[in-house]
Amino acid sequence: MDMLLSSPSFAFMQVLNSISLGMNLFIIAAGLSLIFGVLRVINFAHGVFYMFGAYIMYTVSKDLQLGFVTGIIAAAAGLSLIAIIIERGLFQWLYDKEHLMQLLLTFAIVLIMGDLAKIIWGTDQLSVSYPEGLAGATNLGFTFYPTYRLMLCVIGPLIFLGLWLLVEKTRWGRLTRAATQDMEMLSALGINVPLIYVTIFIIGSALAGVGGSLAAPINSPTPGMDATIIVECFVIVIIGGLGSLWGSFVGALIYGFVFNFGSVIVPNWQDVFAFLLLMIVLLIRPWGLFGKPEREGH
Amino acid sequence: MSWNISRGVSITCFIVVLLLVCVPLAESRYLIDLSTEIMVYALFALSLNVIIGFSGNVSFGHAAYFAIGGYANAILLTTYGWPLIFSFPAAIILSAVAAAFVAYFCTRLTDIYFAMLTLAFSMLVWAIAFKWRSVTGGDDGFVGVDVPSFIDGRVPFFYFTLTVVTISCAMLWLICHSAFGQTLIAVRENLTRAGFIGVNTRMMRGVAFVIAGAFAGVAGAIFAMYNRGVYTESAFWAESAQVLIMTLLGGMYSFFGPAIGAAALYLLERFSNEYTEYWPTVLGGILLIIVLVLPDGLVGLAKRIKTRFGRVNNQ
Repeated sequence: MDMLLSSPSFAFMQVLNSISLGMNLFIIAAGLSLIFGVLRVINFAHGVFYMFGAYIMYTVSKDLQLGFVTGIIAAAAGLSLIAIIIERGLFQWLYDKEHLMQLLLTFAIVLIMGDLAKIIWGTDQLSVSYPEGLAGATNLGFTFYPTYRLMLCVIGPLIFLGLWLLVEKTRWGRLTRAATQDMEMLSALGINVPLIYVTIFIIGSALAGVGGSLAAPINSPTPGMDATIIVECFVIVIIGGLGSLWGSFVGALIYGFVFNFGSVIVPNWQDVFAFLLLMIVLLIRPWGLFGKPEREGH
Repeated sequence: MSWNISRGVSITCFIVVLLLVCVPLAESRYLIDLSTEIMVYALFALSLNVIIGFSGNVSFGHAAYFAIGGYANAILLTTYGWPLIFSFPAAIILSAVAAAFVAYFCTRLTDIYFAMLTLAFSMLVWAIAFKWRSVTGGDDGFVGVDVPSFIDGRVPFFYFTLTVVTISCAMLWLICHSAFGQTLIAVRENLTRAGFIGVNTRMMRGVAFVIAGAFAGVAGAIFAMYNRGVYTESAFWAESAQVLIMTLLGGMYSFFGPAIGAAALYLLERFSNEYTEYWPTVLGGILLIIVLVLPDGLVGLAKRIKTRFGRVNNQ
């Protein structure tokens, strides 16, 4: 606490820490929120997808020595493949069923993929090294800051911009938004709605994979990392508003700041601060900062 | 669907309790332990069904109240040396208060949002149990619970569990079949309409949540003494999922379904652990079966088989 007030450079580093954490979380939460926005399914397996992204990064960059960028691409590709299998093989049968059944299905995937990860990668904590050139610190003039985290602060907004352009400015994005409004009408107009669904699921899952691969050097891949991240994502999307891109962006940033400054001010209890924030948001805007109120009834 | 207890069900209940009373006569430690654990899980699953089967919401964080009941009872008995007669009710009240606190926030939302939020809050309980080392023992767990001498022993503890679980189940049955329970079903079937006829739906869902939390606390308090310890895993989301799967496997639209599901899943776990260390995969497989072919659980399956054979007999 005293450090924050007495040392401006320390305080500034905490700001950057908060942003880089928030941006990493944004990439993952955006995928969860995007999938919900169109498919109306909360994918509990999103955390496992993130974990697979981190493990794939380990295999590609460390075991196979193919480099960091290849690792990110492999994570995105791997998760896209998993997404196609799950959407076409299981999800598509459940869109008209109760929400409970969809949640349970995604939970079954959590259990099975969690074991699969243990079989493939074991239960040890694995370490992924920082990519060459980004391992050191950058001189910001008045302080040094880890280059890798600075890169996260840049990549996050770039992904945000890309998603925003895709959804708001392209014909495909307009169709996607139309699908959230009235899927039957869209289908009657001759649009291939299942194709939109599977594409959205692929993009959302690939985001989890990319987020996981980017987090791998900071959070060493280990079993159980899926449970932590999914709860963080839930908190973020509930604060920001489910299905809103802006919501995930702002929600993730807020979470990053609360978590990081919480851990500086009262070490060890940072999780509790995030929940306090969540409760306050729920009291004032139960549908989240950028969300829309739920429709009444069933 | 009639909610009057049928002759068949009441006779079955009587026989089950009678059989349980006779379990210690077999003088098998394995059988006594097995029955004790199944009874605890059955109560846990029945309590969850007040939320799912009756108020129509899905809690993915029910283990939190089980853990709170367990930790509270263990800490009050051991650290503070309270007698069981005070620590047990205190543990139940604490679980209920925690459930009321969470319900206050969760009942603002429905459906998916409700499920996500219950999960998030249960992970908060888990995080607190994990971090608050001086009180809960952190990730080592709270070990060495002082079990009162009058139930310190396999057989006395079995009868203690049987008594408490039977009373709790009877209370749950009465609650679920009272006017309150019927109102909950109305809320489950149609929230908006129930609201139109003057039901305070949010309050109803909240009360159901608190009742469920309190009885989960009872189960947790018993389990802490049985295990002589409480561990953070009991609040983890995997535990919540397990009890949810028990409830659904049995059948959420019948009162005793969850108890059957608890027994079935527990025995299955024991059985599968002898062959494989990958119980989660087995559990995931069971879940897939429930989702894809058994949405109304084992009780629903039994009913379907019964109607099919009934038709054959009539022809």
